[in-house]
Amino acid sequence: MTAVEHRPANPAATSADRPIGFGRIQRKEDPRFVRGKGRYVDDIVLPGMLHGAILRSPVAHARLVSVDTTEALAHPKVHAVITGRDLEGLNLAWAPTLSADVQAVLATDKVRFQGQEVAFVVAEDRYAARDALELIDVEYEELPPVIDARRALDPGAPVIRDDLAGRTDNHVFDWEAGDAAETDAVFAAAEVVVAQEVVYPRVHPAPMETCGALADYDPVDGTLTLYETTQAPHAHRTLFAMVAGIPEHKIRVISPDIGGGFGNKVGIYPGYILAVVGSIVTGRPVKWMEDRSENLMSTSFARDYIMRGEIAATREGRILAVRTHVLADHGAFNATAQPTKYPAGFFSIFTGSYDLQAAHCAVTGVYTNKAPGGVAYACSFRVTEAVYLVERMVDVLAAELGMDPAELRLRNFIRPEQFPYRNKTGWEYDSGDYEPAMRKALEMAGYDELRREQAEKRARGELMGIGVSFFTETVGAGPRKHMDILGLGMNDGAEVRVHPTGKAVVRLSVQTQGQGHETTFAQILAEELGIPPEDIDVVHGDTDRTPFGLGTYGSRSTPVSGGAVALAARKVRDKARAIAAAMLETRPEDLEWEKGRWYVQGDPSAGRTIAEIALGAHGTVALPEGVDGNLDAEVTYDPPNLTFPFGAYVCVVDVDRGTGKVRVRRFVAVDDCGTRINPMIIEGQVHGGLADGVGMALMEFIGFDEQGNCLGGSFMDYLIPTAMEVPDWETGHTVTPSPHHPIGAKGIGESATVGSPPAVVNAVVDALAPLGVRHMDMPCTPARVWAAMQGRATPPI
Amino acid sequence: MQVPAPFEYARATSVADALELLERHGPEARVLAGGHSLLPMMKLRLARPDWLIDLGDLAELRHLIRDGDWLRVGALTTHADLLASAQVGRLLPIVHDAERVIADPVVRNRGTIGGSLGQADPAEDLSTVCDVLRARVVITGRAGERVIGMEEFHRGPYETACEQHELITEVRFPVRPRSGSAYEKVERRVGDWAVAAAGAALVLADDGTIADASIGLTALGLSGLATDAAAVLLGTHPSEEVFAEAGRLAAAASSPVEDQRGPVDYKRHLAEELTRRVLRSAAERAGAGALTAVQGG
Amino acid sequence: MQVTMTVNGAEVTRDVEPRLLLVHFLRDTLGLTGTHWGCDTSNCGTCVVLVDGVPVKSCTALAAMTSGHEVRTVEGLADGAALDPVQQGFMEEHGLQCGFCTPGMMLTARALLDRNPDPDEAEIREAISGQICRCTGYATIVRAVRWAAAHPATEEVRA
Repeated sequence: MTAVEHRPANPAATSADRPIGFGRIQRKEDPRFVRGKGRYVDDIVLPGMLHGAILRSPVAHARLVSVDTTEALAHPKVHAVITGRDLEGLNLAWAPTLSADVQAVLATDKVRFQGQEVAFVVAEDRYAARDALELIDVEYEELPPVIDARRALDPGAPVIRDDLAGRTDNHVFDWEAGDAAETDAVFAAAEVVVAQEVVYPRVHPAPMETCGALADYDPVDGTLTLYETTQAPHAHRTLFAMVAGIPEHKIRVISPDIGGGFGNKVGIYPGYILAVVGSIVTGRPVKWMEDRSENLMSTSFARDYIMRGEIAATREGRILAVRTHVLADHGAFNATAQPTKYPAGFFSIFTGSYDLQAAHCAVTGVYTNKAPGGVAYACSFRVTEAVYLVERMVDVLAAELGMDPAELRLRNFIRPEQFPYRNKTGWEYDSGDYEPAMRKALEMAGYDELRREQAEKRARGELMGIGVSFFTETVGAGPRKHMDILGLGMNDGAEVRVHPTGKAVVRLSVQTQGQGHETTFAQILAEELGIPPEDIDVVHGDTDRTPFGLGTYGSRSTPVSGGAVALAARKVRDKARAIAAAMLETRPEDLEWEKGRWYVQGDPSAGRTIAEIALGAHGTVALPEGVDGNLDAEVTYDPPNLTFPFGAYVCVVDVDRGTGKVRVRRFVAVDDCGTRINPMIIEGQVHGGLADGVGMALMEFIGFDEQGNCLGGSFMDYLIPTAMEVPDWETGHTVTPSPHHPIGAKGIGESATVGSPPAVVNAVVDALAPLGVRHMDMPCTPARVWAAMQGRATPPI
Repeated sequence: MQVPAPFEYARATSVADALELLERHGPEARVLAGGHSLLPMMKLRLARPDWLIDLGDLAELRHLIRDGDWLRVGALTTHADLLASAQVGRLLPIVHDAERVIADPVVRNRGTIGGSLGQADPAEDLSTVCDVLRARVVITGRAGERVIGMEEFHRGPYETACEQHELITEVRFPVRPRSGSAYEKVERRVGDWAVAAAGAALVLADDGTIADASIGLTALGLSGLATDAAAVLLGTHPSEEVFAEAGRLAAAASSPVEDQRGPVDYKRHLAEELTRRVLRSAAERAGAGALTAVQGG
Repeated sequence: MQVTMTVNGAEVTRDVEPRLLLVHFLRDTLGLTGTHWGCDTSNCGTCVVLVDGVPVKSCTALAAMTSGHEVRTVEGLADGAALDPVQQGFMEEHGLQCGFCTPGMMLTARALLDRNPDPDEAEIREAISGQICRCTGYATIVRAVRWAAAHPATEEVRA
């Protein structure tokens, strides 16, 4: 193995060595997982629980003529069969999406994508529920579907959303950023302009645990307890209150252990609502868990951007401007999850890591007869698409100029003294120091030696490719003056309590799906208060037990809730100072802090630990004026800006000339996420994202045939890398703290998913360069690579 | 999660018992071995037998026996058993080549050779291997056994000569001196079905010329062996030129269809490329000297 | 029909439908929810358990077929408070994140180490190649299994 960043041999083996605060410690959540004692939604069993199953449309576009449930209702184990008609009576047939569109909970007028929800069966057990689906008789009158997004706005295209009053086409939105005239002027005067259509095809987050819910409605007191696979329990509760008419204080959303999210578990899916309706109708708890095909065919996909990119430069390799027009396929309902003012997410950061004179992007969103979604799969609100476009374009430019792609990037980086840097589409990059990260990645990779090896191989006719990418993310949404979802400001909370014995609890509004929040957030509190992480309980995923906030996605947990925890801890610390002063009979300003303890300046032996102060606070110490008898604090954090993690990646591939098969031989990743809380967890986040990148670049793809049949509807065809397709990752880091974040942390959850696909594709294209290939689109499957080798590269859609 | 429709279950205690159960429960009874072809189809409700006859207890069908010039493999021998057998790897290297790329290690723990042949999926690797090795299949019915060649065994996609009331009980591979065999598959990812694959076996004469040759293709629309391609090899010394010619003929004999794994021209190209590759390996394994060097690709 | 099998060392007998999948027998009938499931097509390996010591996808086996056999699930990996070295290795090397594929991965690792106490990276990757992890990128799983190989159970294992 060639892991470069190996840790010391004895990683915190004993508690004496274990850091109190930041550093590598084992995860607090692991003991239950390794014993099989995790508690996921499908593990929960309630007395009298029934099981739901959804009948889905087999066709992409059809008028719903009739739904006959007679036979299904006669099944001895069936308790209820719910149709769109039934929901109309409850005013629940349509639900608002996170993009202020509506989505059918169960179809009433038409079906608009293959896999759309048509009826819901509630039965004694999951087998009977499945059996009953076969007994429902649905008559469809098929309509021509709109599958190719490029044809969606054709004058004669069938109108998908005829449910929306006055709708005569499939247009969702037009949105732009940057200055078009200024950009056009730079392009007109530029020495070199290259253009390339770059397609980021539809992919799917496909967490190993599918989506599901267990709804328990108590008809006596009107309370709803909803166990849900959700990354955003509070936002879901508020939206359920709005949709279902159940008062918010009567709803408790519990998000227990979650088997991976990656953005798949942000949206509110019809199945969740149907479980609630099923429970209300039957008076018993109802569980619904989707199967894998349902997950891949109906829940939030990602990407599906057709991007026409252009880049302008001087002949010497100074990049001047970028511009693009994007056609965005949003599927049958606009159900993407992003801040209201950003219908294309944060795509406008497609200026990347470069100091440009001008930039302009325009995005057109369209409806098609495909599953809804688009913002998911660790995309940081479409930064993924933005980084992929610019990093592919820079390589196309390098090929045009005959320059080394690493060198071209180094020449154009935003320089450290330019930060905070305002780019041409309005983002203020908080901090960055790009060149050292790039040089470190090149050095770890042995870049010059790789180029020499490549030259030798090319002389022998072998295809070896070296791909470079450099990315800047914008994460941690976000400042409430700019960012909300359905009017809810994108802030998050934390509540800290230090118990009388000095142990503590921190309650979070964000929700882990594997990122290790129970450890990371305990470490933030430990760093701030000096309480060992093992003495801190981290509570999350239960709206009754945690403060309000918008949840975990877009790499926002550490940037937002992490800030909240640090600030709440500092409030506790300040309060502890006042109480310690009272205990030591001195003035607060005479005290100094060392981790875990206030002591008297000049007399270190005279001090009080946090535990002593906590006991004092809850005890009989005479408290100063205005100080409550506790060591608690609560903060809702409104970040002043987003954070801008960055990184440099190098990928090495070998392509089998006879078969087109790509092997990723090496992958070097240097990340800068600012202050590092737990290096082990950070490395894990990076590793997972790199595997995502290899997956998307080489094999993951949700395709459709002309009738709108989903061709990626099971794991037989939606291919995810195994241990055999990915190398042993080589990771490194630099540290450039965020100047505005309370602890300088920037977030790391999605960096590698964002940054790695262009590195892999750039490497594949580099391998094929001797054959005259300048671009090919993902996925780089053997057949598609072979076609590119023949000069016949085609977009996947 | 998708689940099968209801059925009745019986576990056979012997081959005779299994045959009796099959006859008793009629045309909607299916035998169950490893279950890795049948159960997924049943969960998707593409298969809905009334009865499953479980062969799991029939230890007598799980064997690997060298019997003179034959290697006899019981129908319930798993992929993992074949892969674990050094004897198989030595005598029939093509079997190990193929087994390493069939599904994944966990599936290989359950999937059986009899089940694979009985499923007769056109993308099934072991069918090609059996073709190439000119294996013979033992089919047992209540009236007794019959031993048939692969050309007779194949009846088309998902169809074989094994009748509803019969069992595949054994596969017999000829063991031939100075022979070599190989299999190569292109797949989109480990564990996937073949985009395309090719297998070949060669037997060399004392003078080093090719005395016997067989070439098979997987997922390429060829039923049985690529006989024209093999014929050009006979009597020649193994060489890049003659292998290239065999590759061209194998490609010409293929009739692939476009699907998500690739278009027709790519698959036909693979027929040629992979045929050449497996012939090289097979020749080397048969003890042929270094081939005249011709740039591959 | 009635099935009887040994699960984590204890014999259990239950009346079940013939079509009941082993994964549901373990999860729903016996309440051993440490075994998860992730697909319908035998591709993801989330549901792997050991049957007679061999990794098997429990979504593609019937409880009926497993009658008379020995099943080991994640709940049977630890010996009381003492974790199996594989479990310890997964904690030491960050071999898990969301924990969903982890039981299957650990059981496959246990079966691998039982027949090959010192597997190299390539052997470990091959052994787990029928199982998908969406979080870790696999490198730390490989390290976790190597950790277990370097710390066999004869050593004192921390609980």
